[in-house]
Formats: sequence, C-alpha cells, structure tokens
Amino acid sequence: MINNRVVITGIGVVAPNAVGAADFEKALKEGRSGIRFFEESQALNFRCQIAGKPLITENYKALYFNDYYQNKLDNNAIIYACLAGFEAWENAGLTHNQDQIDFDSGMIIGSGALGLDGSNHAVFSKILAGNNKRLGSRAIPESMSSGAAAYLNKILGLGNRILSNSSACITGTESILLGYEYLKLGKAKRMLCGSTEGDGIFIWGAFDAMRILASDSNKDPTNGSRPMCVSSVGFVPGSGSGAMVLETLESAQSRGAKIYAEILGADVNSGGLRDGGSMTAPNSNAVVHCMKNSLREAKVASNEIDLINGHLTGTKGDSTEIKNWKKALGGAQDKFPLINTPKSMIGHCIAGAGSIELVATLIQMEKSFVHGNYNIKKVNPDITAEIPLERIPMKTLQKEINTAIKANFGFGDLNCSIVLRKWKDG
Amino acid sequence: MDKNTIQEQLKEIIAVYVPEKEILDNLTLEYDLINDLKINSAHIVDIVLDVEEKYDIMIEDDAIMQMGTIGQAIDIIHGKVLEK
Repeated sequence: MINNRVVITGIGVVAPNAVGAADFEKALKEGRSGIRFFEESQALNFRCQIAGKPLITENYKALYFNDYYQNKLDNNAIIYACLAGFEAWENAGLTHNQDQIDFDSGMIIGSGALGLDGSNHAVFSKILAGNNKRLGSRAIPESMSSGAAAYLNKILGLGNRILSNSSACITGTESILLGYEYLKLGKAKRMLCGSTEGDGIFIWGAFDAMRILASDSNKDPTNGSRPMCVSSVGFVPGSGSGAMVLETLESAQSRGAKIYAEILGADVNSGGLRDGGSMTAPNSNAVVHCMKNSLREAKVASNEIDLINGHLTGTKGDSTEIKNWKKALGGAQDKFPLINTPKSMIGHCIAGAGSIELVATLIQMEKSFVHGNYNIKKVNPDITAEIPLERIPMKTLQKEINTAIKANFGFGDLNCSIVLRKWKDG
Repeated sequence: MDKNTIQEQLKEIIAVYVPEKEILDNLTLEYDLINDLKINSAHIVDIVLDVEEKYDIMIEDDAIMQMGTIGQAIDIIHGKVLEK
C-alpha cells in the first residue's frame, strides 16, 4: 500500500480578528479581539448580542477576486473560503491558469450551515413574497453545501477530487484529515483543505435559542469569550475560514516548496451519542480514544508534545476537555504540555474553527511562539485541579514548538484529532 | 431614451458577466451574448434581473428567449421602456 508522507506547504485565513496569515500572526501575538456587538441581534431579542465576524475591505477582495466575485458573491461563508483558499494556494507558491486543469490537485472545503448565512435573507424573503422569479442564478450555488468549493475551484481549476465535508465543529480538522488520508494513499499530489462558516441572524439566533452562548457581555464584547475561565457562561459565535495546502513530501520537495509542518497522524471518530455522548456533548471515552489513536498513528509519545491546541469553547465542556487531554496523554499532571486556543479572540467559528485554529498552530510553530489565552480572570478550579496553572499561558510566550496536537469536537458526538511536527530541513 | 444610450448602459450591465473583458472593446449589435461574449447561460437570467431593476420594467420569459444578441436585447429593452 502506498503510504506517502504528507506535509503542509501553504496557509490562508480569514478570521474575525485578522484577514490574511501575516495579520493573523500579529493579532494572535497581541491578543487582538474580533468580537463585536451587533445591533440587529439586540433588536431581535437575542440573549447573546455579540459575535466574531471578519472585516474584509473591498481592497482586500480586489487582491484575489475578479469583478464578478467582488460585486456579485453574497454568501459570507463562500467569500471567506475563496479568500482563505486562494491565499493558501498562492502561499504554497502555486499558480493557476484560466485554460488548464490540474488533475494532480484537488480540494476539500467543508462548511457548516452555509445555507443559514445572513445573505440568504434576501432569498427567503423573495420566495415568501411570491417573487422567486427575481432570485437570479446564484441562489442555489450560494446555498448548496458544496458551494464554497465550487466557487473556489472556478478560480483555481483543480481536476482531482473536489469534496465538501460537513461535520459540525470538527469540519475544519476533518477536512485536513481527509486530505491527509487521500494523499497518503497516493490519489493526488496536492489537496487544498479547509473549512468555512458564515454569520448573521439565522445562525446566531438558532444557537442563541439553545442557551449555550455567552449572554453576559453585550456591553463588553471583547471580554465575552473566556475559555477556561471560572466565569465562562457560554461561547461567542464566530465566522471565517482557514485553508492549507497539503502535499505529498515527494511533490513538495520536487518543486522546492517551503514546508511548514508534517502531519504525523490523525484520527476521527464518534461517541455514537451513547455513554455520555449526545447531540451536543461528547462521549469522553470516545474523545480520549480519538486523541490516543492520533498519537499512536503519529508514533509520538506524550512527553514530546510542546503544545495542545484545544477545542475549549468557553462552556462547561472546557474542564471535561482538560480531563480528557490529561487521560489521553497518560495522566501525569507535571508533564502536561502548554495548552491554548485562539477562541478568546475570535469566538467559536463553528465549522470554520478547526481550520482557522490549525492555521494558528502552524503560525506558532513557524514563528516559535505560543499565543496567550486572553480574558481569563481566574482559571476554572476544576481545570487547575487537573493541570498546573502555568501550562495555561495568558500572554504570548516565545517558545519553539516542534510537536503539536489539535482536536475539535462537534455536534452529533464527533471528534477529530491531528498531530503535527514542525518541518526542519535536512 | 434612445437605443445608443441603452447600448452603453447594457454594456456596463453585462461587463461583470463577461469573462474576457477585451471583447467588450469592439462590441457590435450582432454579438451573441452566449456564443460571442462567452457569458455563462445561467447568467442570462441575472442580466435580465439587472436590466429590470435598471429600467424599472418587466421582461417576460418568452422575451428572454429572444435576447440572443446585443441588438435583440436593446430592441426588447427599448420596446419595454416605450410602453411605460
């Protein structure tokens, strides 16, 4: 069986606190918040009236888009994915051609609730008013689950597998796992992988109804997202997209590409909505199983891990997650690695979370730092009962990161874990 | 409104749907929207919506089928504007 080594050669990101990988690096280091108050959420009586939404200028769009994409594309999730995906492709040193199809490259761009993006307001209103005739040709492509990949591929012209996975909050990590497995099998040379989530009243309002969002910070938005803090009352919804170019080591080396990291192992599983697992909460046994499997495949021992990039949304689940990490890593309190999540700055970007957060991990590996977990007044004592306080950095540290593990957990009792190692030439 | 004005305005409306902008430089009435201007056929309905909004007119489905060339599109728009 072919068993290619798989590396990452390009990154791109559209996040609530920064657009583009270079600005995202600055934002992570300085703890810049992308969480804002939204008047419409207040007018509609949402309990949580804050959210993280990328601020994209027309000038930034013009860097990547032709006039049709710039002026006509409405769906935010698709716009974010096209910008992040195109950035990652260019960052990998790859080009595209109007007339040629690249059969060696494919893409996996997942999405969560693409049809619930705020831009669909106009579609629903026209249909309800008996004016469906006035919809135009974009209503379906911009609301189909494969829409982000379809629009992105109109730009790039890739001819290998084009897939759009959808797995709630593991969508992003899973898209990377799927690309990694596909390349290992030798089915393509390169896969552009990532995920996206849009925003607006439909997504936010529906999550708000579940009473799982942070409703205590409408007057203080930037302090709303507080993963691991004793006062966390829920997550802050976010949106955006992360993307990366995965490539066989052979392909990357043959074209002299810059390599960020190697994917050493990955695992995805489900807790079966049994044994403590449900639609909204993960089965801890399955979580630990998933983390351990990824480490086993990676042949990485717990004490080699320099950084955990957690799921850590700012809900009751945070302390359970820490317990699960500890269990998966062998249970030794004093050897627990550093752990962080960018969610204090960007909120929980739902299906976009895994890919955006993996881009954050890759940037920290490349630039040798660990960004802070901001907004923590006091760490939840259930967490400090498990791990030493100093393993939760609250400001940016300079540190070499060689090996990192990343996990996300999603509705439907889904788990995904990925192990990365920084690439060193030679 | 004369047909020359409509032609200039129509050129602006369709530009965003034309993949190769150079073709617009030598636009003539005989140019076919799909075959010569390479507009994706799905966008004909978008162009009709943009035109309806611009001129505050309604173009029926059978008229859309007759909008093959720039000249035919101008005639249809011109007729609808006169009816207003």
